[in-house]
Amino acid sequence: MTEINMKINIAGVEWNNPVVTASGTFGFGREYGEYIDLNKLGAICVKGLTLAPRQGNQPPRIAETPAGILNSVGLQNPGVKYFVEHEIPFLKKYTSKIIANISGNTVEEYCSMAELLSDSDVDLIEMNISCPNIKEGGVAFGTNARTVNSITREVKKHCKKALMVKLSPNVTDIKEIAKAAEDGGADALSLINTLLGMVIDINTRRPILANNVGGLSGPAIKPVAVRMVWQVASVVNIPIIGMGGIMTGEDAVEFLLAGASAVAVGTANLIDPTACMKVLEGLENYMYRNNIKDIKEIIGKVEIN
Amino acid sequence: MYKQNYLSKISYKKEIVPGIFDMRVVCKEIAQQAKPGQFLNIKCCEGLTAILRRPISICDIDTKNQEIRFIFQVKGNGTKLLALKKVGDNIDILGPLGNGYYINDQYTNPLLVGGGIGVFPLLMLIKSISSQNSTVYLGFKNKEMVVLEKDFHKVCSNLQIATDDGSYGHKGYVTQLMEKKLQKDPVDIVYACGPEPMLRLVNNTCKKYNIPCQISLEQRMGCGIGACLVCACKIKTTQDWEYKHVCKDGPVFWGNEVIFDD
Repeated sequence: MTEINMKINIAGVEWNNPVVTASGTFGFGREYGEYIDLNKLGAICVKGLTLAPRQGNQPPRIAETPAGILNSVGLQNPGVKYFVEHEIPFLKKYTSKIIANISGNTVEEYCSMAELLSDSDVDLIEMNISCPNIKEGGVAFGTNARTVNSITREVKKHCKKALMVKLSPNVTDIKEIAKAAEDGGADALSLINTLLGMVIDINTRRPILANNVGGLSGPAIKPVAVRMVWQVASVVNIPIIGMGGIMTGEDAVEFLLAGASAVAVGTANLIDPTACMKVLEGLENYMYRNNIKDIKEIIGKVEIN
Repeated sequence: MYKQNYLSKISYKKEIVPGIFDMRVVCKEIAQQAKPGQFLNIKCCEGLTAILRRPISICDIDTKNQEIRFIFQVKGNGTKLLALKKVGDNIDILGPLGNGYYINDQYTNPLLVGGGIGVFPLLMLIKSISSQNSTVYLGFKNKEMVVLEKDFHKVCSNLQIATDDGSYGHKGYVTQLMEKKLQKDPVDIVYACGPEPMLRLVNNTCKKYNIPCQISLEQRMGCGIGACLVCACKIKTTQDWEYKHVCKDGPVFWGNEVIFDD
């Protein structure tokens, strides 16, 4: 069998392969480290961090939907300082790159976190301006091109690491938002975050989630995600990490063809703790089957009708 | 060695009362590791319908035949599909997961209290307790829904059944049986599993009589291993409280650390 090259480069950071975990579905890697060899991941994107610790939302925080799930965890996390002191040393034991995902209520909070993490061993910072599950900040920053541009510009001043901006699909024109982030100095983009949704229990006549609404993820949103990655890839020159319902290697190939340079596995982790490995194997098999020697050969190679 | 999910063959299946299925699967690894109070996270079907696993408590283990027994009620899509599986089919199981009941020989006089589908994990528990002086109270909606009476009887002589409508055994709740016993005859630990209103009452009663109790909580769950953080429950801290998670920190907690919201 011929050698294949799975290495990719995201904003100056070289990954061994394009498979990364989607923030919030993989904790800080500890639990999954009991099921898979974390060294085999391209990168690990950790649970969303905030400046101060957060308890998150009241349960129930999850509801199943057709081919998907709705969640409203509300960024339960121990805070960025705890992460730097207690979780980075664990993650550093592995060769996978480390991506810290940050959320704030104010621009200043994003900047403080970027500063704190700039002096740490993380490889990339993912700025989450698309979380639908917190009251202030979050998605409010991510749905207006002007605010996306100014927050990216501001955070970039305080950030010595490569900065990736995570985009919300809950917008009218994703291209406009993507360009605003790129103009603001984003080194990479990740998309899509969850779609805002609602599930009602018809017997109690109440929403299942205590928060009433939450973020939809899983295979149900994959076509939306592929479409958005393709649209964004057509207007920006920075790398894209594509995500939304990836369960298999074939799903990952779709995202790469649409223009993503890397792919994040999210909901699938909740169902199968070895999901990332299966996506990676499926991706490699596709390459062998189609005689593709370098993963970069298929990025953005969709042939539009 | 990494942990993994297991494709396990169904060796037995029976609808024991309408809508409640007794199922057994063969899996050496799970049978060897499982402890009372732990649970399985079961994929009810292949493909994208009922996409999440369903957490179901372990009812009993047959170590000789490497068989795991679990009993579930058909409630939604997932359990409906699981109930359609046949003997000989394979199902994808992750487990055993979570922390089970705290068993210690210092407890010579334990009381087990179960309600509805919460009675199932107590069977493996009572079999694992060495004390011959255990008491079991099981509560059901009505006579038709009484399950596992024979199984419990085999291993415990102090068994009482209560039904909400009085169609079988004591009329009323198991917590009434519990209160009556504790008034004259203290126990040294209470183990409970059942619906939240029952657990609240058990918890309050234990507090009143100053008896330690262990309760098994339930919450809508995702990964089952402590990563996705959806199955939150309020647990006391020295200062205040925090959200812990049923799958990894529980499902069994000490009653005095659990906060039930009003």
